[in-house]
Amino acid sequence: MSNRYLKEKGIESLLFASGAVAVVALLLLCLFLFKEGALLFENYPVSDFLTDRRWLPTSTNPQFGLLPLLFGSLIVTVGSILFSVPLGIAAAIYISEIANPRVANFLKPFTELLAGIPSVVYGFFGLVIVVPMIQDTLQLPTGQTALTGSIMLGIMALPTIISISEDAISSVPRSIKEGSLALGSTKWQTIYKVTVPAALSGISAAVMLGIGRAIGETMTVMMVTGNSAIIPGFPSGLFESVRTMTATIALEMGEVPQQSDHFHALFAVGSVLFITTLILNIVASYIKRRYRFSL
Amino acid sequence: MSDDFANGTEIAVKGLNLWYGKNHALHDISINIPKNSVTAFIGPSGCGKSTFLRCLNRMNDLIPGCRIEGDVNINGEDIYSKDVDVVDLRKRVGMVFQKPNPFPMSIHDNIAYGPRIHGIKKKEIDGIVEGALKAGALWGEVSDRMGISALDLSGGQQQRLCIARTLAVKPEVILFDEPCSSLDPISTGKIEDLILKLKKDYTIVIVTHNMQQAARISDYTAFFLLGDLIEFGKTGQIFENPREKATEDYITGRFG
Amino acid sequence: MFSNAKLNEKIAFSLLKIAMGLVVAFVLIILYDIISNGYGVISLEFITSAPRKGMTEGGIHPAIVGTLYLITCSMIVALPLGILAAIYLTEYAHPGKTTWLTEMAISNLAGTPSVVFGLFGLAVFVKYFGFGDSILSASLTLALLILPVIIRASQEALLTVPKEYREASLALGVTKWETIRKVVIPAAIPGIVTGAVLSIGRVAGETAPILLTGAAYFYPKLPGSIYSQFTALPYHLYVLATAGTNIAKTRPIQYGTALVLLMIVLGVNLIAIYIRNHYRKKLQR
Repeated sequence: MSNRYLKEKGIESLLFASGAVAVVALLLLCLFLFKEGALLFENYPVSDFLTDRRWLPTSTNPQFGLLPLLFGSLIVTVGSILFSVPLGIAAAIYISEIANPRVANFLKPFTELLAGIPSVVYGFFGLVIVVPMIQDTLQLPTGQTALTGSIMLGIMALPTIISISEDAISSVPRSIKEGSLALGSTKWQTIYKVTVPAALSGISAAVMLGIGRAIGETMTVMMVTGNSAIIPGFPSGLFESVRTMTATIALEMGEVPQQSDHFHALFAVGSVLFITTLILNIVASYIKRRYRFSL
Repeated sequence: MSDDFANGTEIAVKGLNLWYGKNHALHDISINIPKNSVTAFIGPSGCGKSTFLRCLNRMNDLIPGCRIEGDVNINGEDIYSKDVDVVDLRKRVGMVFQKPNPFPMSIHDNIAYGPRIHGIKKKEIDGIVEGALKAGALWGEVSDRMGISALDLSGGQQQRLCIARTLAVKPEVILFDEPCSSLDPISTGKIEDLILKLKKDYTIVIVTHNMQQAARISDYTAFFLLGDLIEFGKTGQIFENPREKATEDYITGRFG
Repeated sequence: MFSNAKLNEKIAFSLLKIAMGLVVAFVLIILYDIISNGYGVISLEFITSAPRKGMTEGGIHPAIVGTLYLITCSMIVALPLGILAAIYLTEYAHPGKTTWLTEMAISNLAGTPSVVFGLFGLAVFVKYFGFGDSILSASLTLALLILPVIIRASQEALLTVPKEYREASLALGVTKWETIRKVVIPAAIPGIVTGAVLSIGRVAGETAPILLTGAAYFYPKLPGSIYSQFTALPYHLYVLATAGTNIAKTRPIQYGTALVLLMIVLGVNLIAIYIRNHYRKKLQR
């Protein structure tokens, strides 16, 4: 008996250790990211990092101002959300409430295909097709703009927003919808007065995760936004080149000497990015848990 | 309570209490269950009869927040003592559940599952499978298609398969938890015949909400109500001449 | 009032339909563009020969091999680890602080941008462990990236295994681990495989993490070992499209590379969807 008991306990410990890997990985991730990032501040004050308006890492008197990159990320993300949230929610409503089940069963995996396409392929498509299109139709000096990035990121965020919103909408209990219909409301009135408000928490979580996806996206924005590190105006900045935090890291890491200030500055930018998405994730899971239907 | 069973006592329970968290679900149950006979637990739903049944092979251990006090002796061994191996106990005390629950495997593999895990040699397995299916009154219906999925059998056949699967492990006691509640009358009849045959070799405890069933197949009957054991005795006596008012009310249908 | 509500509904539904149509159109346009332009480029030679003349001619064989290396190595690490972690969380863990912490860590890892994983891989595998710019560093980084995907998919698969199977096995005097090994895991295999297959697609398509941990700008030969640098399909496409020696001239090669990548990733996704639907039907019987 003790032999078998020991074996069972041994296996349980092994399984526990595997589960702990995720926690350890996250802790190590924080540790290494923040440690490497913090080394920048030995030579370059935190306040300058947070307030300098320029990112000039390779000039003789280098400046590591976060702001242009942060605002670059923000403008691209805001643009993509403005476009993908209404579209995504509308598509989710269509799939779960209007389309007949057979069509819906086809549409769901079909939109999931969008999530399967690699970001570099989006970037490539954006570069070859969308960039010239934007340049021609808007008569701009370059088509590599924040707007182009927003459009591509919006498309990429769609599957996240659609599938999570769709889950939220279809988990609204039928009894509630029937209650509304039985009072003589039309299907549409029921959808926007009852169903969607009831699913609002799930939909907000979807939006949060969509924002997280957009802000963390690298290859696509790097290929279509032109990458000039200038603080963009709003909304005029949409039609200019911008550079996001993610693109900066991916573009410059290949060329920096290790242990230089520039190297550490990129880790500092990575830390800001990580903290941003961490907060978005925590808020999203909080909203989701807090307002889940308990029926 | 009578203890002078013809075949002796198999299970002896003394002062058993059970809590689910703060909910005191079984109160001070004491009962002796005779060897090689059928004992039925009856009572309205929620009376604790299934919960009590699951104490006898410690399936309640799996439920978080469940706490048990008292003695349960099976063949003279205290099954809640610290050095009892729960896994061995469950080998000795088999259980058949309310809903037939065959594994998603072939008929053969379902029966062979227990013996294989318990280290029976390969060449003996086929014999055990055949023996168990014969004892489970299913052999004639499936002997020519042992490779098909057990999920393709009818509900009644699945339940007999589950009984055969239990028999293949060679238990001493078999616990039935409302084994016919999801079956049609014909399948139910087959299972009842089977149970009557099995009592020659096994001690059987069956929970049922069907009083006719208890009257048809059991030698002894225990009546539970709201977590208390109200009355226990020979089935004939319980049904014809109950000592307690509550038992009588339940038997005569003036209840719930 | 009544007809007004009806009219509103008509307008609203048309708008929703248009939105859905737009989403479908995006998928179709992107797929059509890549397939129609890449179709003519792909040939046996294209996928079996190395790039020539500064990547302006020749095939993409090293990139395909590099991608296969990454898939294999990262799956070897992440698959067992992810499945075991999922088993712990669904079968053993009790609700409590430790479990909450683990769940939280998994969902945050899942939401962390891939470029941050790249930074982590650079700091830990390339520098700290000294694996250098290599397949090993890149694979370990990707393994961490897909770990949450595999854990989540496996957890979901394990949760759909009915409680009755577990009870039946335990009641036969079978230990918990044997029950999990012989009954629970076999029943959950389709779901677990689906998750694994999806994460293959993820590994094949990721660019940013490998950019920081070992992909080489120009690597026209096959990697010698897991310690050598490499190129992979997504990175190859990126380089050709943005920094090649003659971007306009290599456009067909770019499309061909994009199509091969897309075929791998979408093929893998379709397989996953097929497995899921096939077994879902079977289980419902």
